[in-house]
Amino acid sequence: MRAALAGDAVAYKRLLTALTPFLRRVCLKACARNGIATGEAEDALQETLLAVHLKRHTWDASQPLTPWLAAIARNKMIDAARRRGRRVEIDIADFENVLAAPGGDGAAERELERQDALRLLDQLSPKQREAIEAVSIRGESLREAAQTLGVSEGALRVSVHRGLKSLADLYRKATER
Amino acid sequence: MKTEDLIAALAADNETRAAPMSRAFALDLGAGFIVSVAFFFAALGVRDTFFASLGDPRFLFKFVFSLSMAASGFVLAWRLARPAADARRALKAVAIAPALIVAACVAEMAVTPSSLWAERMIGHNAVHCLTLIPLMALAPLIGLFAALRHGAPGDGRHAGAAAALASAGLSATLYAMNCADDSPFFLAVWYVIAAAIVVIAGWLAGGRWLRW
Repeated sequence: MRAALAGDAVAYKRLLTALTPFLRRVCLKACARNGIATGEAEDALQETLLAVHLKRHTWDASQPLTPWLAAIARNKMIDAARRRGRRVEIDIADFENVLAAPGGDGAAERELERQDALRLLDQLSPKQREAIEAVSIRGESLREAAQTLGVSEGALRVSVHRGLKSLADLYRKATER
Repeated sequence: MKTEDLIAALAADNETRAAPMSRAFALDLGAGFIVSVAFFFAALGVRDTFFASLGDPRFLFKFVFSLSMAASGFVLAWRLARPAADARRALKAVAIAPALIVAACVAEMAVTPSSLWAERMIGHNAVHCLTLIPLMALAPLIGLFAALRHGAPGDGRHAGAAAALASAGLSATLYAMNCADDSPFFLAVWYVIAAAIVVIAGWLAGGRWLRW
């Protein structure tokens, strides 16, 4: 995380990839406990990753990462459950259990991994959606994607960032409805 | 969108960096407070006896009290602005201002004949106090809310109430320079009610606007 915050995109990607199975298990557990369909877990996971990304400046580098991460996941799980109109009990012990537990059988997790989530992507402005799809689904670097789309790298960076922010806002609005 | 695609997008966005929390707090709260200070000097100004009163312990205590509210509220809001923050010590510090006012009231009772107590408590300008303190708390509160939205408070209502306490303290500091009533009795009733109004508003607003 420290390297990522210092601007190392490769380290950042590695970190997020490494955190994902842990966060997915946290989301699965919380969904199971609150009677939310397992399919929602991937949505909750992606929302959590978005929040980790957009709020990473709130992590105090002198503090351990796990409690910070757990607090973000907890906040997002509460939102996910609220969308289902349920009152929720998210126990901090969930995170400790998941941390302590070995990998589990992983079948459900592998199944989830193949799923599409972030369906709200369709609600973004075309410009923002195009930008996010270029750097994510097609896996291009910012510079390549900017060339493909015929825009400057800086403009694309702004579109990607605004798009990610709008996604988080869309999730929040979905919760408030 | 698959999760691994999202991660790719997030990594591509790593260069876009948010301002550090300390800068957000300094700029947002600073801007809000400047608005209130400008309003204070334009509309109210210090009272005529301001400089003559600087030696009066009652007058000076008003600032000790209001600044302790402001400082403890600010530290608590700062702590609560991050997820999983440990705010226990900051929460204890919030008790300083109420403890001071209780102690000051006891001292006032000791030195003032009881026939004067009611008069000093009611004071001259209770309505002013109840309207101007919340009014001048508004701009710093908006500033602190902006800073908290930049952060990620685990509980919006708690963070909102802490921000409101800080704003009420700042506002009361300004108001105290104009207010003609110096008795701790007056503070214990009217300043405290005014601050409570702001804190309740901050609590409610925080639940609504400090979600992320």
